[in-house]
Amino acid sequence: MQEFAVILVSSILINNFVLVQFLGLCPFMGVSTKLESAIGMSAATTFVLTLTAMASYVVDVLVLMPLGLIYLRTIAFILVIAAVVQFTKMFIEKSSPLLYRVLGVFLPLITTNCAVLGVALQNASKDLNFMQSSLYGFGAGAGFSLVLIFFSAMRERLAAADIPAPFEGAAIAMITAGLMSLAFMGFSGLV
Amino acid sequence: MIETIAQYPILAALIALVGLGILFGALLGFAAEKFKVEGDPIVEQIDELLPQTQCGQCGFPGCRPYAESIANGDAINKCPPGGQATINAIANLLDVPAPELDAEHGEEAEVRTVAYIREDECIGCTKCIQACPVDAILGAAKLMHTVIAEECTGCDLCVEPCPVDCIDMLPVEETIKEWHWPAPTTTADIIASDLRPQL
Repeated sequence: MQEFAVILVSSILINNFVLVQFLGLCPFMGVSTKLESAIGMSAATTFVLTLTAMASYVVDVLVLMPLGLIYLRTIAFILVIAAVVQFTKMFIEKSSPLLYRVLGVFLPLITTNCAVLGVALQNASKDLNFMQSSLYGFGAGAGFSLVLIFFSAMRERLAAADIPAPFEGAAIAMITAGLMSLAFMGFSGLV
Repeated sequence: MIETIAQYPILAALIALVGLGILFGALLGFAAEKFKVEGDPIVEQIDELLPQTQCGQCGFPGCRPYAESIANGDAINKCPPGGQATINAIANLLDVPAPELDAEHGEEAEVRTVAYIREDECIGCTKCIQACPVDAILGAAKLMHTVIAEECTGCDLCVEPCPVDCIDMLPVEETIKEWHWPAPTTTADIIASDLRPQL
């Protein structure tokens, strides 16, 4: 039980994928202008991360390892990710057409979110078991959601704030992200 | 079989990847069938926001064709009966900035109006009946016409065809049932800023 808590805290706060490992920055900057779409994107990404962590573990253990094809991990995991993202896209299109429209091009772009591939590869290289892998995937998604929602809430405030002209738009967003990253560095050494 | 695969590792790699591809393809094919989307749900949602006057001022034959056109990327500011409130609602739905109402398609009416036919002047030509998009005008050829006030959407389309100009657009009087508090005039000072002088 304690081990699971350690994995969760580690993946959400200490090794946060966006702010500490700098993976998945594209949706972090791209979908954070509006809180509503950020929440939708977080949910979709968490779903994809958890599912790919499980699916890639299964593929790794049942297919790649027995055949001695560990060198094919990257390409096999990308196959898994593409399939899961496509499935998520269909699911969202059916269940929430509005969210589907709001997320737009960022939904298929979860495929190229390097945090997803990062989780799968890290799980494989750390030799985690099934439960640990899926928990690590979920934790990565929760960490991504946490910072994305915080960041979009801040950007909504920034959009209305009185910012000096040279810093408007992307510049102040980058500075904000940097400060958030600094703050998250403070979690290192927590466990 | 196993020996051949062990002998040629490239064969194992091929089989594994192709197998995975076929497996995922089959899963996705199944999911595509199961999660099939019928119709375009976003059109329904836009159509619900439009005022349903069917007035055609946007250049489309009715509210639903305009909703379909918006879903395909048309401008959202072509609906005078809905006015700025409708534009804002659609902009919010589609997550785009809200433009001003396009003056080319007409101006937003200050108050809701309803058509009224001065019945002793009506010659019974049925031209207004043909023009009415919501079938709110009663009458027959050479007989006096009248407007069903509850059905009338106030779209003005019947005024133009009338040869004797006996149709008036009357403002609807606000009853105690329809009255509501006016919206606050500005929301700009919710967030503090140096740009505004302090009070």
